[in-house]
Amino acid sequence: MKKIDKERLILAVAAPVLAVAFAMLLSSAILLASGRNPVEPYALMVDYAVVNPDVQVLIVNRTTTYYLAALAVAVGFRMNLFNIGVDGQYRLAAMLSAAVGTAVPLPGALRMVVIVVTAMLVGAAWAGIAGILKTTRGVSEVVSTIMLNAIATSLIAYLLQPSLLGKRLEGSNDLTTGELPESAWLPGIPTSAPGSEIYGFIVVAVLLGIGYWFLLNRTRFGFDLRAAGASESAAAASGVNGRRMVLTSILLSGALAGLTGMPLLLGEAHEYNLAFPAGVGFTGITIALLGRNNPVGMAVGALLLAFLKVTSQTLDSNGYVKEIAEIMEGLIVIAVVVAYETVRRWGLRRQQQRVGEELARTHQASQDKVKKEVPV
Amino acid sequence: MELHGITKRFPGVVANHDIDIAVGRGTVHAIVGENGAGKSTLMKILYGMQKPDEGTIAVDGEQVAFSTPADAIARGIGMVHQHFMLADNLTVLENTTLGAEKLYGIGAKARAKIKEISDAYGLGVRPDAVVEDLGVADRQRVEILKVLYRGARTLILDEPTAVLVPQEVDALFANLRELKAEGLTVIFISHKLGEVLSVADDITVIRRGTTVASVKPADVTAKQLAELMVGAELPSPETRECTVTDTVMLAVDSLRLTAHDAESGPRAVLDDISLTIRKGEVLGLAGVEGNGQTELIEALIGLRAPDSGTIRLDGEDITSRPTRARREGGIGYIPEDRHRHGLLLESPLWENRILGHVGEAPNSKGFLLKPKAARADTERIVREYDVRTPGIDVTAASLSGGNQQKLIVGREMSHRPKFLIAAHPTRGVDVGAQAQIWDQIREARREGLAVLLISADLDELIGLSDTLRVMYRGRLVADADPASITSEELGSAMTGASSGRLESPDGQPSGGNPAADEVPAADKAPATSGAPAPGKDSATGDGDGGEEA
Repeated sequence: MKKIDKERLILAVAAPVLAVAFAMLLSSAILLASGRNPVEPYALMVDYAVVNPDVQVLIVNRTTTYYLAALAVAVGFRMNLFNIGVDGQYRLAAMLSAAVGTAVPLPGALRMVVIVVTAMLVGAAWAGIAGILKTTRGVSEVVSTIMLNAIATSLIAYLLQPSLLGKRLEGSNDLTTGELPESAWLPGIPTSAPGSEIYGFIVVAVLLGIGYWFLLNRTRFGFDLRAAGASESAAAASGVNGRRMVLTSILLSGALAGLTGMPLLLGEAHEYNLAFPAGVGFTGITIALLGRNNPVGMAVGALLLAFLKVTSQTLDSNGYVKEIAEIMEGLIVIAVVVAYETVRRWGLRRQQQRVGEELARTHQASQDKVKKEVPV
Repeated sequence: MELHGITKRFPGVVANHDIDIAVGRGTVHAIVGENGAGKSTLMKILYGMQKPDEGTIAVDGEQVAFSTPADAIARGIGMVHQHFMLADNLTVLENTTLGAEKLYGIGAKARAKIKEISDAYGLGVRPDAVVEDLGVADRQRVEILKVLYRGARTLILDEPTAVLVPQEVDALFANLRELKAEGLTVIFISHKLGEVLSVADDITVIRRGTTVASVKPADVTAKQLAELMVGAELPSPETRECTVTDTVMLAVDSLRLTAHDAESGPRAVLDDISLTIRKGEVLGLAGVEGNGQTELIEALIGLRAPDSGTIRLDGEDITSRPTRARREGGIGYIPEDRHRHGLLLESPLWENRILGHVGEAPNSKGFLLKPKAARADTERIVREYDVRTPGIDVTAASLSGGNQQKLIVGREMSHRPKFLIAAHPTRGVDVGAQAQIWDQIREARREGLAVLLISADLDELIGLSDTLRVMYRGRLVADADPASITSEELGSAMTGASSGRLESPDGQPSGGNPAADEVPAADKAPATSGAPAPGKDSATGDGDGGEEA
């Protein structure tokens, strides 16, 4: 029995490691095919991170943002929902919460609470549109969330007009929501690198990771959610209200997506501007896949992806194109999906076989015992 | 085909040893044995899914070694699996040609070939029918056709009758005889001895991984065969002590449900269903699959909302309660498809123990799960219900069907239901586990459990029920006293041939059965009505039930 458990653990770790290694190998092959050094870019990237403490801080900060996006995606995944709209949800939430944050006359801490709550509500509401479409009209959430991403982009551009919520800075074309008062800036954690701070919101991210695990694995709601994700029909027969579960989990996913912009908004930008990166939601999907919806696995995945994103900047100045990191990210996704599915099927079959063997063995052992006891 | 000295070892255990079977061309050869006796391994070896460690296989006197099913097919050996492998949304033609496009293409030539095979063996398959519109028996014929289409001369059928009613079994056997007459060989795996005796030319009995006897059906009785198979007498599902009380536990009143098909428009799948089940009563519902039983179960458990009618449990109207409230209110549910409705296959056993009872002790307290308590209770179920597993952390998928079922029965019984929906409770379960499940239902019934029993195994239905109702095209068309009815009579009512009160000619009075009054005086059926199978007396009816189990 112990053997089976141990094997399962090894498989769980081996699959992503192999997938990443495979993705690196393929990336090297691509480099080689284009006549470049197949190893140097990795060395450059590692070097860049090791030598510069401020780069390390950047990586950690990016990890925080990615982790929240991954959590949002993972909540959907556990319920078999593909929330591809985390990207739109997070940007719209960041923008509207920043606007609300600048508008409400409240003392600092309270203002931050209002911002965070607004962000969660906006994220949930935007995702909720897809949820309602799915539960009432049967529209696939994959399609509706993708389209809502595009709509969110246009909506943000519209709302950021100076006549509405936007402000144009002196001597710049960038439209923002206006800076939050300094009392609403979330203090960071100082580091040895001068001028670099780790986002204070990282604490919230860690707590959310723990909360995510607890909610899914230790509560009745979490059990129902996982059951619905594992088998819709079995969950329905067990008394899970499928529609309500779809709606609840998509709202939850949207609320988490809303939080994704908070580390950057409260810890660094202090306003919503066009610098809020697009594509974070998609990176979140990669991470959730890589980390297999596991809170620790996703943390490692977020760190890896943040590392790739941040350190690939150095490639440009060293004669390589930084897109190599993006190619690698894509390859990781493919490799991970293939590796997990293969390992899942193989593991399931292997376990069936092992259980059969183990049972047969104990059966035979008891038979042998009987034989010994009965003198022939 | 000849198998000699086949031995298959898995690390630490011998699954098959010294198997000797000789199958003559143009015969139906039955292989019987309990679940776990090694039939599956043997079949996998025959079909090239596994390689034997020792021994030889010879086809037409020529030694062969199969390493994949493709090798077996090339040698003219095909397999019809117990669980059909058909794509529901494709037509028969598409299903047949899928993967065999090279043989006759996918167009007119393939269609002609299908017609030819279908006509030659009397299969009656329509190439352009969509599989999802077909009944179980038709699907099975499509599976057989698929194998023949690929040029098989030897067919392996794995438990082909498990999903069929008696009349369909007869039709299948007629097909098999047809195949035999054309010189094809059929290897037939089963543990239903009555059927084996009626169709097989030769019988090989497997016990504990080896062949223990090869007999001719003329030389043995079902009882002797059973003893060969298990080394002991078979249990019977008989329950003759009466535990029915006067307290109504479940009352269903004029339940109607309409399904909307894209093609045929609205169709009543439940038509004016009224029934009551009292405490301590087992109501057996007979019917060919697809006549509304599934819909009735789903309406009772709350997965489908009826158009009209009421459902009362223990005096309370539960018609509009959600599924969870019903389950927590005391409805136990042994679903007909345990993989789809009863288990999370990739979750560990202890999580499966929580499924359906997440809000109840010992699984949770308030909003929080109690994994420790749930695990401890899973250990108890595994122990008390004899679930054969190395532990409670293995996935449900790694257990055999019988053990999965025992886990489900244990789980449902652990919550002391007031009313149990038992749909095919012993389907795919071996003889030992079957007796155990029957015992558990009987015991709970003694303590006042009301049971709705749905089963394709008519002997089980007759043996276990206090009252029998027959469902046909969404209506309860007939009822019968299990003490006096035979499975043949019941089978004929299931096809709609007879209705009303089913009684044997010298009909024993069926005292204490007020449920009969509720049967609507259904449409006057043909002359057979009310007096099926003349010449049978009720005494043999009882006897049959016991023997054929």
